[in-house]
Amino acid sequence: MAERLYLYPVWLRLWHIVNALMFLVLIATGISMQYSNPDAPLIRFDLAVRFHNIAGVIVSINYLIFIAGNLATGNGRHYRIMFEGYFKRVLQQMDYYLRGHFKGEKAPFPVTADRKFNPLQQGTYVGAMYLLLPLIIITGLALLFPETIANRIGNFSGIYLTALLHASVGFLLSLFMVIHIYFSTMGATPSSNFKGMATGWHEPH
Amino acid sequence: MTKYVAWLTVLLLFQINLLTAQLTVDMDGEPAGMADNQTCFDCHGKKIYSYENPVTGRIERKAMNPNFVFNPSAFYSGVHRHFRCTDCHSPDYETFPHKAELRLEPIYGCLDCHGGDPTYAHFHFDEIGSEFEKSVHFERQSDRFACWSCHDPHSYKAMTRSGFRITEIVQYHNNMCASCHDNPDRFQTVSDSLKLPLDRIHAFLPNFKLHFNAVRCIECHTAVEDTMWVAHNIVPKELAVKKCVECHSSNSLLMSSLYKYQNIESRKSRGTLNAIILNEAYVIGANRNIYLNIISIVLFGMTLLGVFIHIIFRIKKP
Repeated sequence: MAERLYLYPVWLRLWHIVNALMFLVLIATGISMQYSNPDAPLIRFDLAVRFHNIAGVIVSINYLIFIAGNLATGNGRHYRIMFEGYFKRVLQQMDYYLRGHFKGEKAPFPVTADRKFNPLQQGTYVGAMYLLLPLIIITGLALLFPETIANRIGNFSGIYLTALLHASVGFLLSLFMVIHIYFSTMGATPSSNFKGMATGWHEPH
Repeated sequence: MTKYVAWLTVLLLFQINLLTAQLTVDMDGEPAGMADNQTCFDCHGKKIYSYENPVTGRIERKAMNPNFVFNPSAFYSGVHRHFRCTDCHSPDYETFPHKAELRLEPIYGCLDCHGGDPTYAHFHFDEIGSEFEKSVHFERQSDRFACWSCHDPHSYKAMTRSGFRITEIVQYHNNMCASCHDNPDRFQTVSDSLKLPLDRIHAFLPNFKLHFNAVRCIECHTAVEDTMWVAHNIVPKELAVKKCVECHSSNSLLMSSLYKYQNIESRKSRGTLNAIILNEAYVIGANRNIYLNIISIVLFGMTLLGVFIHIIFRIKKP
């Protein structure tokens, strides 16, 4: 049996848990505001606004910690995609998830100290962390200071377009979170990846 | 016979047209009283006016009382643009120096001209009058408060049912309220109480400035009447809307007040979808796009279904 790997240092685990908790707050308060209903409020509107703003600011600061940590510790190398043959590797990984896994085949890209993410994870994590998260932070900060948004962009209200982008990216990140949590159950045991994120030690298959 | 029927039809249509005609002000043509009014604006259109003193023969320059300075361009872009000053004010004002007792002349209210007249029926002046008499302004200051306390007849514009942008309508209406409620000197012409600044009174609102620029004070401070375009029953502050969801929900009260006219018009010309998408404002909880909602529910459902199927296969894995 392969040895356990120490993949998640303390700073990364702290960043991850803060991000996860704040995301849950953002999703709950965001849905509550977007679909606010006077007869059946999920969270009282003014409280939802306040908690959404606070959680958004914490996620934004936390994102800076993520970037700084990646630069300082070398964790960022896991997010660097080698484009040569990348698409083929993604298809291999998808084939494993959709077919090979059920037939007891070995994972094509097992976790090592140098390869924390498989190609599919790498692509989605890069998309989530380096495209969607900056977008939602920028649009969120703009909505927090709406005087910075152009009044009109073409035929549309600037705030409306910013809010539409913010909500759409929020929705995509929520989908990412659902899939992320589900695939986290595909470790050595359904709970081993969750334990790994708590202790720092990755349990190999 | 056919000829008579045709003439009768034309006559009938003409009569119907006369009965249903709505008064509209010609906003493009030259104002009817422009030449006559110029004599008044020569002094009252400026902060500093001059005249020849008949005793000394000297040209005197004086500062005009700011309450009696009127902007000619604002007057000529208002609804009373075709009026002569002396249509409402005494013709004795044509003599200078004005007689002292002219200051005591009674001032017309809106209903003196517009009340009970079918020509103005679509403006609902009589209803506005009775709503105003229920308002806190009338209740507390009936002897000092009149239509002109808010609506300056020298520059009044009909903003609500017009092509003005929502932001322009909001600014125009809110300036009326702020001219007293954010101006302690003017506020004290009707009340002895000192008011706190508006932003402190409304500190409970997240981003007061954004709200103040995006919605009118009357959205929260009036009792909305379905039959009226602009509610005039200003309620006491204790009864003002304070629950966010009154506006921030699919059944937003803004739809029956601020956006009422724009929504009806845009639906006529662009259809419901575009009316929502092209809406000028964004009110979280109220702006919901049904197509984006469906797409998001379908995508979320497909994700959960995919996860569910994957779990089934994992359970059945040998």
